[in-house]
Amino acid sequence: MPMTEGPAQAVLRPRDAADVAALIAAARRPLEPVGGATKRAIGRPVDADRLELAELAGVVAYEPAELVLTAQAATPLAAIERELGAHGQRLAFEPPDFGALHGTAGGQTIGGVLSANLAGSRRVTAGAARDHFLGFSAVTGAGERFKAGGKVVKNVTGYDLPKLIAGSWGTLAVLTEVTVRVAPAAELDRTLVIATDSAAASVRLCTAALGSAHDVSAAGFDPRRGTLLRLEGFAASVAARTAALCAELRLQPAETIDGAASRELWHAHASGAALAGSAIVWRISVPPADAPGVLERVHAERYLLDWGGGLILAAFDSVDAARVRSAFSSGHATLIKAPAAERAATAAFQPLPPVAAAAAARIKAAFDPRGVLNPGRMD
Amino acid sequence: MICLPTPDADLIGRREDIVRALRSLVAAGNVVEDELRLAAYESDALTAYRQRPLAVVLPETTAEVAAVLAFAHREGVKVVPRGAGTSLSGGALPAADAIVVALGKFNRILDIDYPNRCVVAQCGVTNLAISHAVAAEGFYYAPDPSSQIACTIGGNVAENSGGVHCLKYGLTTNNVLGVELVTPQGEIVRLGGKHLDAGHYDLLGLTVGSEGLIGIVTEVTVRILRRPQTARALLIGFPDIGSAGACVAAIIARGIIPAGMEMMDRPAIAAAEAFVHAGYPLDVEALLIVELDGPAVEVDDLIGRVEAIAAANDAVGIRVSTNERERLAFWAGRKAAFPAVGRISPDYYCMDGTIPRRELPRVLRAIGALQERHGLRVANVFHAGDGNLHPLILYDANVPGETDRAEAFGADILRLCVDAGGVLTGEHGVGIEKRDLMTYQFDAVDLEVQHRVKHAFDPDVRFNPGKVFPTLRRCAEQGREHVHAGAERFPQLPRF
Repeated sequence: MPMTEGPAQAVLRPRDAADVAALIAAARRPLEPVGGATKRAIGRPVDADRLELAELAGVVAYEPAELVLTAQAATPLAAIERELGAHGQRLAFEPPDFGALHGTAGGQTIGGVLSANLAGSRRVTAGAARDHFLGFSAVTGAGERFKAGGKVVKNVTGYDLPKLIAGSWGTLAVLTEVTVRVAPAAELDRTLVIATDSAAASVRLCTAALGSAHDVSAAGFDPRRGTLLRLEGFAASVAARTAALCAELRLQPAETIDGAASRELWHAHASGAALAGSAIVWRISVPPADAPGVLERVHAERYLLDWGGGLILAAFDSVDAARVRSAFSSGHATLIKAPAAERAATAAFQPLPPVAAAAAARIKAAFDPRGVLNPGRMD
Repeated sequence: MICLPTPDADLIGRREDIVRALRSLVAAGNVVEDELRLAAYESDALTAYRQRPLAVVLPETTAEVAAVLAFAHREGVKVVPRGAGTSLSGGALPAADAIVVALGKFNRILDIDYPNRCVVAQCGVTNLAISHAVAAEGFYYAPDPSSQIACTIGGNVAENSGGVHCLKYGLTTNNVLGVELVTPQGEIVRLGGKHLDAGHYDLLGLTVGSEGLIGIVTEVTVRILRRPQTARALLIGFPDIGSAGACVAAIIARGIIPAGMEMMDRPAIAAAEAFVHAGYPLDVEALLIVELDGPAVEVDDLIGRVEAIAAANDAVGIRVSTNERERLAFWAGRKAAFPAVGRISPDYYCMDGTIPRRELPRVLRAIGALQERHGLRVANVFHAGDGNLHPLILYDANVPGETDRAEAFGADILRLCVDAGGVLTGEHGVGIEKRDLMTYQFDAVDLEVQHRVKHAFDPDVRFNPGKVFPTLRRCAEQGREHVHAGAERFPQLPRF
């Protein structure tokens, strides 16, 4: 296993899962697991050697009719999406790419997406990465190889550790192989753009659309464009549902965007592309109906709404975690873009209440007793 | 039979003190200690296993649950949480040296929030009551385990319950937004809420499906969905299991995710038809029910597509429901499959493995071969969309040795599922039932990691002792859901 000494940090490049286990077991310094290196600027900076997993790449098994795909953890997401697309399938949770904010777009891996539990606009109806994460093989902070979950779509055998690993940002274990549930791609993807003059009006419209019987799959708000409603599925169904939705809610779309343009619109929206020019971006999850009030209290420079109002991407000129986190009573805020110095001084992830924080600390110790994996990143 | 942990004589000796203490923490009438009333709690729906607990306590508030658990923590008392007691895997089976904390008094819906599309309910509210509470506004709660008229939402969270519609709508875990959890130390913590996802570790995701091993959930927030405009079903016969399996694969490969997709083999069809006269064909080897739901225009379109796929996969006889009465008639036989099998055999015993669907013909052939070896017959029903098998082993507990043979047969079937790339349980949970088979699916390190997670919450291992994780000592063979004629614990509950 080649090892390259950098000026400050060593770079370790395991070739396979056994290498990963050996390197972690032998580590005398903290390790930062790195897949596509697109999310290194999220969370508290870590002083650690880099465990570069790029060689753990490749689809291990994919059977479209089983709705299951197994891949090595550092398989590029783009490669998986290409393979799924060739069989008329997709990842229903539609991972956004926050590389768009950081200037590192395009290189993320399936393991990185799952470790960060990233989901795009369809989250509100189809679930998050966690909901499609069926099983994995990984290495603990003690260098032990283990597996959890399964390779079938329905399984309740043992603790649901994929849920725990999803969103743990490489602080509990290093994924080496993952199994995800996949879904049929829609025959037609359609976006209706509705002129809306305020966040409050947009959230009301999104709530009505998502609560309708017309299977609206995503609903968001871009103040520059208006409310965005998405209908997907078989073409005849999309056409009929569009008509029914517009009649029921008395909508007159300013624009109707179909196909690849619709998909690109939602990917850019969920990835916060419109906020790329800002130095500070928070991602805030709240009950959808609370979003207008939260927006009034946080005073964002610019913002986007997704998940029918339940997700706020907000850009600021200063970090001010206290202002952001005091703006909601239920929910969480993650600092997804800020200069390193600011991140070093801020809890980028939502601090847990004391009882949950104690449980989280014990779980961290259970997986990583020596504190080797990404120490401090989520603190 | 599975062995239960050896009871702690010291705890049993302190029974009177424990009961007295509990009476100081909850209304005195909410502590059950007399033998007659304790009998009602001695098992769940895995009736082969029975055990009277030390005492049963029925708290009425989260504060009382916290007080009871804090007391149990201080005094080293073991705890078995219990909802409606409908577990098929022994998840709520008491222990002789444990108190049962029964949550039956947590029966209120606290908040119906349409703008946020969610309902907040106490843990003892039944699954179906949530759907009923929002039905007038056209909403429902999607997961629909067959026991939904009785099983509680808290129990659903503990077991990560599924249902016929979970291929399209997900299991409990995909539909729960938040819980209030009381830890084994008696601390109260809220995980999640009306918002989506976790801001730190997903402790909510870990709690769902933890089978009562890490605390007691007292309140649950679930997402509700708008009820689909319409639902229609197809009833399709096949000359062999292989073409039925190929049809299921082809439906999914064409981008169709049906609301439900159920398969029955010849013995199950015959039993169901003899029982409810649903009009099932008796000359086919496999029967498939495909249900499509959604906007009417979409359902009508998909019915045509599925019909064509079935015809191309050697279907013999395709019927399409044209009204609600016909749709329900298609389902009547499938939903009566368990009691129907109960009519043709003195006892039956339900398994719950999941396999990759492509392995279905091979696994069913192997089960057929095992029938010869164990000298017992099997009827198969199958959640075909997600590969979740429910083989029903037919036996007679009054014939010496048949119970043991049925248990051995069941264990062989579950090993077969694991060998085929599947898992021990798709929706019933591990409980005590499949506990000793965990080592077949997971190696020592896999289980060690899960143990550490358990210890992170319950370092004294007092919660639901003897469940899920194999103990060091084994006694005999594994137990399953045994149903003896007329002796089913919840005869009024549909099971499918």
